[in-house]
Amino acid sequence: MEDLTAGAAPPASGIDPGRIELYRLMARLRAFEKRAYDLFLQNLVKGTSHLGLGQEAIAAAYGVAMRADDYTFCTYRGHDHTLARGVPMAPVMAELLGREGGLMGGKGGSMHLTSVAHGMMGSYAIVGAHLPIAAGAAWSAQVRGSGQVAVCFFGDGATNIGAFHEALNLAAVWRLPVVFVCENNLYMEYTPIEAVTAVKHPAADRASAYGLESILVDGNDADAMLDVARSTIGRARDGEGPSLVEAVTYRHGGHSRADPAKYRPESEVQEWFARDPVLLYRTALEAAGAPTELFTAIEADADREVDEATEIATASPRPSVSIIDRDVWSDGGSAWRN
Amino acid sequence: MAELTYRQAVAEGIAQEMERDPLVFLLGEDVADAGGAFKATVGLLERFGPERVRDTPISEEAIVGAAMGAAMTGLRPIAEIMFSDFLATCWDLIANQIAKTRYMTNGQISLPLVIRTANGAGSRFGAQHSQSLESWAMAVPGLKVVAPATPADAKGLLAGAIREPDPVIVFEHKSLYASKGEVPEGEHVEELGRALVRRAGEDVTIVALAAMVPRALDAAERLREEGVDAEVIDVRSLVPLDMSTIASSVAKTSRMFTVEENPRLCGWGAEIASIVAEGLFDDLDGPIVRITTPHVPLPAADELEDATVPSVERIVRAVLAAIG
Ligand SMILES: Cc1ncc(C[n+]2csc(CCOP(=O)(O)OP(=O)(O)O)c2C)c(N)n1
Ligand SMILES: [Mg+2]
Repeated sequence: MEDLTAGAAPPASGIDPGRIELYRLMARLRAFEKRAYDLFLQNLVKGTSHLGLGQEAIAAAYGVAMRADDYTFCTYRGHDHTLARGVPMAPVMAELLGREGGLMGGKGGSMHLTSVAHGMMGSYAIVGAHLPIAAGAAWSAQVRGSGQVAVCFFGDGATNIGAFHEALNLAAVWRLPVVFVCENNLYMEYTPIEAVTAVKHPAADRASAYGLESILVDGNDADAMLDVARSTIGRARDGEGPSLVEAVTYRHGGHSRADPAKYRPESEVQEWFARDPVLLYRTALEAAGAPTELFTAIEADADREVDEATEIATASPRPSVSIIDRDVWSDGGSAWRN
Repeated sequence: MAELTYRQAVAEGIAQEMERDPLVFLLGEDVADAGGAFKATVGLLERFGPERVRDTPISEEAIVGAAMGAAMTGLRPIAEIMFSDFLATCWDLIANQIAKTRYMTNGQISLPLVIRTANGAGSRFGAQHSQSLESWAMAVPGLKVVAPATPADAKGLLAGAIREPDPVIVFEHKSLYASKGEVPEGEHVEELGRALVRRAGEDVTIVALAAMVPRALDAAERLREEGVDAEVIDVRSLVPLDMSTIASSVAKTSRMFTVEENPRLCGWGAEIASIVAEGLFDDLDGPIVRITTPHVPLPAADELEDATVPSVERIVRAVLAAIG
């Protein structure tokens, strides 16, 4: 993975450089998603888009804890998870804009970000479908003896779909090196998860059904997330089998597009904004002695990176329609008859 | 040549490829210890061990999803879905994920995997264990689809499917598992996308698939007694589709019939008929006739099932009625 600590300002002495690295990554994700939203409002981001604003600590902590050849599987809300693997911003932005320079040349769109070169094995837009796929990648790592781990992110809503249970059971029975990370942002689209789920903690309360430890973590506490990320990945890598993590968090915006999220009580929104993971982490690091200039520099770097990515993406040409019939098959074509 | 049953030929095809390539794995319900619900994987566990021949829970999405995740990370898995009817329980993984991933990722991910499944009627299993569903798969861009009619093809097409760099669904036919035929000994691999003229004839072309091939051949013998010389084509591979073999035959005979085990609407024969109607209209001496299962779920009882799926008798009558 690229060295995310490398920036203009030197890390503060006395603080674990891993924490600074994590903060820098979170700040970059935050800056990217804010820009993605602006571009959506300008009608430059086409189709739909699901932002990770407010949930950055989870993707970032795992991004920092993963080995370069580990596998990420995530959902349509996957911009953060993609960037957290070291995928550059410009092609991600260009994909949101439907441009030739997009990560998938404009064929995938916002919901399907994939960069195999970075271990980013896909963003999946059918709720729950990628859990068994991640289990399969972990199975492959297991039989190849590669020591790779698959990390699979999904929402609270996904815990009520069959594929979740099939994948958890298979992973447990085969002791697969996979970490399932439920990002519980309290809502499945517009419905509160508690209104449609038999247990209070949709993932953690079900872990015992698969013989797994119940792991509930504050998904807005970056340090806690980093601990959990390191321990669950470590377990998987050491052959101790899968983990199921429930990280409780909250999205700052709506579910997708310009959803104003009016279905959420104002007091709840205020409470969670006060627990913004980026803000919380900055406060924690400052309390540990990190100088204000460090944060000013990190944020300036992130803004500059996003500006550059936006420039590259908006300058990228529209895709040529000549690619429409390419790459259905491995021979590069789409022929189905002679 | 050795005489094998279709089910033995399936196991031979898998064994041949597992022997050749250590990245080939088999997973599915009851495939290892029990040798498969249709005994088509007997002996593989003993030969290749429990790591490469794996029993799974009754979790079709996990079976097919695991195959997909393994295929994108270096393995060449063969997933068995016990009855093709159960494909409906994992159709998301097949139609939304496996079929589309290469395209959506702009070619970053290839999925060299095979899904084998027992298809078709003849066992009196009723409407949820007897369907012919190859047309479902054919309708989804990104899937290759084959359906062997003979033991030789059960081995050769399966081996060809395993060597394909793209996802292939192999529809094995339940009522053919016990059938016997000559199978080449040693390495036997068939390329996908080749139809075969199983019986040459001058008067009419009958295009058939899987269990309908032997019926079409029997019908051709009966038609000979009626003075009609039928050419029988085994399509073998729906995607890719060998239209040139079919077109040459129709250009010669000027009449085409399809024999399809699927229900009427949107069966594979409808696509072939439309291609022939568009491209060979001037060669045709009469309408194309599709002989299919009527558009009903399959009934279970002997008489009902027999009267539903196209029979030799029905094929003969349909051909004679059409050519007057
Ligand atoms: C199988 C399936 N059903 C429904 C949808 C429509 N849908 C898209 S996102 C979503 C909510 C998912 O909620 P959750 O799993 O909590 O993830 P979040 O969006 O909150 O991150 C729904 C219902 C879908 N994409 N797939
Ligand atoms: Mg949610």
